Amino acid sequence: MERVAGESGNGRGYLEERGWRSWAYTLDHKRIGVMYLYTTIVFFFIGGIFALLLRLELLSPQAKYFSDHTYNVFFTLHGAMMIFLFIIPAIPSGLGNFFIPMHIGARDVAFPRINLASYWVFAAGFLVVIASLVSPMDTGWTFYTPYSAKTGAAVATLSLGIFLIGMSSILTGLNFIVTIHKLRAPGMTWHRLPLFIWGMYATSIIQVVATPVVGVTFLLLAMERLLGVAFFDPAKGGDPVLFQHFFWFYSHPVVYVMILPAMGIISEVIPVFSRKPIFGYKAIAYSSLAIAFLGFLVWGHHMFTSGMSPLANEIFSFLTFFVAVPTAVKVFNWIATLYKGSITFESPMLYALTFIFLFAVGGLTGPFLGALATDVQLHDTYFVVAHFHYTMMGGTVMGFFAGLHYWFPKMTGKMLNERIARIAWALVFIGFNVTFFTMFITGVKGMPRRYAEYLPRFQVENVISTVGSAILAVGIAVMFWNFLQGLRKGPAAPGNPWRALSLEWQTPSPPITENFPEIPVVTDWPYAYGKPEGPAT
Amino acid sequence: MSHQPTGARRTYVTVYIALVLLTVCTVLVSYVNLGMMNVVVALLIASVKASLVALIFMNLKSEDRLVWGFALVPIAFLALIMLGTLVDTVLR
Amino acid sequence: MSTPPSGHTDPRIALEAAKLGLWTFLATEVLLFGALFTAYTVFRVKYPALFQSEHLKLNRSLGTLNTIVLISSSLAVALGVDAIRRGKARLLEKYYAVTVLLGAVFLCVKYIEWTEEFHHGLYPGTNIFFSLYFMMTGVHGLHVILGMGVLSYVVVLSRRGRFSGSYHTPVEIAGLYWHFVDLVWIYLLPLLYLIG
Repeated sequence: MERVAGESGNGRGYLEERGWRSWAYTLDHKRIGVMYLYTTIVFFFIGGIFALLLRLELLSPQAKYFSDHTYNVFFTLHGAMMIFLFIIPAIPSGLGNFFIPMHIGARDVAFPRINLASYWVFAAGFLVVIASLVSPMDTGWTFYTPYSAKTGAAVATLSLGIFLIGMSSILTGLNFIVTIHKLRAPGMTWHRLPLFIWGMYATSIIQVVATPVVGVTFLLLAMERLLGVAFFDPAKGGDPVLFQHFFWFYSHPVVYVMILPAMGIISEVIPVFSRKPIFGYKAIAYSSLAIAFLGFLVWGHHMFTSGMSPLANEIFSFLTFFVAVPTAVKVFNWIATLYKGSITFESPMLYALTFIFLFAVGGLTGPFLGALATDVQLHDTYFVVAHFHYTMMGGTVMGFFAGLHYWFPKMTGKMLNERIARIAWALVFIGFNVTFFTMFITGVKGMPRRYAEYLPRFQVENVISTVGSAILAVGIAVMFWNFLQGLRKGPAAPGNPWRALSLEWQTPSPPITENFPEIPVVTDWPYAYGKPEGPAT
Repeated sequence: MSHQPTGARRTYVTVYIALVLLTVCTVLVSYVNLGMMNVVVALLIASVKASLVALIFMNLKSEDRLVWGFALVPIAFLALIMLGTLVDTVLR
Repeated sequence: MSTPPSGHTDPRIALEAAKLGLWTFLATEVLLFGALFTAYTVFRVKYPALFQSEHLKLNRSLGTLNTIVLISSSLAVALGVDAIRRGKARLLEKYYAVTVLLGAVFLCVKYIEWTEEFHHGLYPGTNIFFSLYFMMTGVHGLHVILGMGVLSYVVVLSRRGRFSGSYHTPVEIAGLYWHFVDLVWIYLLPLLYLIG
């Protein structure tokens, strides 16, 4: 029978036990979540440094500081690290691990040992990725053949590293699916689940179905380099576009792995700080599943200019527009939740509202890329770069920051300095928009992505963008400095500083190892704000 | 634990014999020229064998709807990736 | 005061969770092999003549033999699970040991096939058919090795007295995995060896 941390616990806080072994061998989902959070945040910073180096180079139209090859390595590592080592694992394996069992009233995930294994497989993966840096990849994070089969970089090593990281992702998703099905507390029906759980459930389905395909893709790429296997090699009858099909069959759904957990966090935060029940619970819940499903139907929209058949182009373009529908459903429901709410602007709420605004901008620029005619013009320009940074950073990362600020007191038992948090937010908000909005403009004007050099007529926007990136970097630095200060000397946090209704807030901050002294019996959904018998508004 | 009637062993052996016979079948059929139908017949026989393994050996027959969902949904996604890729590669 | 059992301590939930977990894992395997089957389909449609001519260089008899070997190993697993359901741990160990043995036979036959093919100058890089053949049988072979490891570990656990008629979840889970490995080969046989 699975051993569960704290099954025979004595009510000690989950952070009390000391020593590296109590972390390295832990079966406690909360500790595993914390390890993932620290690790992914480190990679966020490393990936961010590469971004700043790119922005430094882009101050001038010529390649001034770095060679073209070095620049190529920088944008490859920026993308690959941010995507595989930060944004995919951060919310699911970090915050998800910590809070999914608590949200459903369980003591741990279904398979605690597999959970621990998933972290160490992740660690093995990133160590292998770091090892591959002796001969770093320069293909862009999309690793397209034929170049990726021929470049001098350590492709096979990097492929192994990403394969391991993918395995970790699969194990996490598998664990969450079974946990949500089987370990809900008595009375916790599907329609009483926090929306964060619905988001995580949909995310886990994507992880389980899509990741194996990219795993095989990287395996085949490595085999092409090592054994001359012919799948993607045109000289032997292979098809380089087949690589793209396999790669994007995963990489498009994976953007929904990135956004769905963040949307789940927004659905948690908005009702708490509007003191209103969430509007359209079922619509939001089912839209998560719809997004997950529809996300699998559209991968070809990354390949419109690759030489696909015209029919394939048309079908993928047509289907792409549908994904906007469930996404819009969520946005409208969040706004309806805010309407006539009693809104306060604590830092979690600031980031949640920022998410809605920036993600809407990013999402609305998607159809321009989904439409065949305009995509021909915009593909591989900075318009695309702006689109995905608005959705991934303006969306997921802001959602991640919202979650970090919201759950900081619960995870650490300390309160953050709100004033500093808000100053950091302002810098992040301003810096982000200055950095990325200009890219819509340069993209439409024709500036291609992934080049160290550009035409002089793009310079003004690029300089503005680099200034923006500096502001953004300062904002992020202030935010994390605030986290460190909070950890070290923040005032003690009460069990429920936000007066929220989901189960994790009905426990002490930080929680005890076994989460609950007794498994709760659930009688209502967690959004009964503003009711006479609910918490005071 | 699920109650296994003593007929279980007999069922397993029967299914085994069926699987072996179907294997012989599919090998023999491959020597007959049916043109396009060769692939269809081969896959049909393979699917019958696979179904026997899944339903009887893997006990799918007596599992609940949830397990059936977990077993069938990935096949739908497999069909999806095949279809989407072929729409491109076949019609280029 | 009696509290509802946590999922981890209720054996019925633990078994259901384990089964769901395994089927979820098999879902990932369906997509893993599925990508290879997709590549197979793409290239077979593109180069039917190549597949026709090249597949004749494979050893049909050994391929068929291996199919019988795997099907027999699946029977051994099914009988092993049936044994432990009736509380017969020693019998389970015998059946699972037979399965591992048959797995080894499968790998030996594969080894003979591959060395024969290398001897004839047929390598993964030779052409698209052989790329597919070696990759698909190679990935499948890795899963056979993994399965043998898992089954052996189950035998070890059984010898330590871990299983009974009422608890033998790892036996069932390992068994399900092995059947899946057999299932994949059931498709590989006609697609690689019996094309026309």
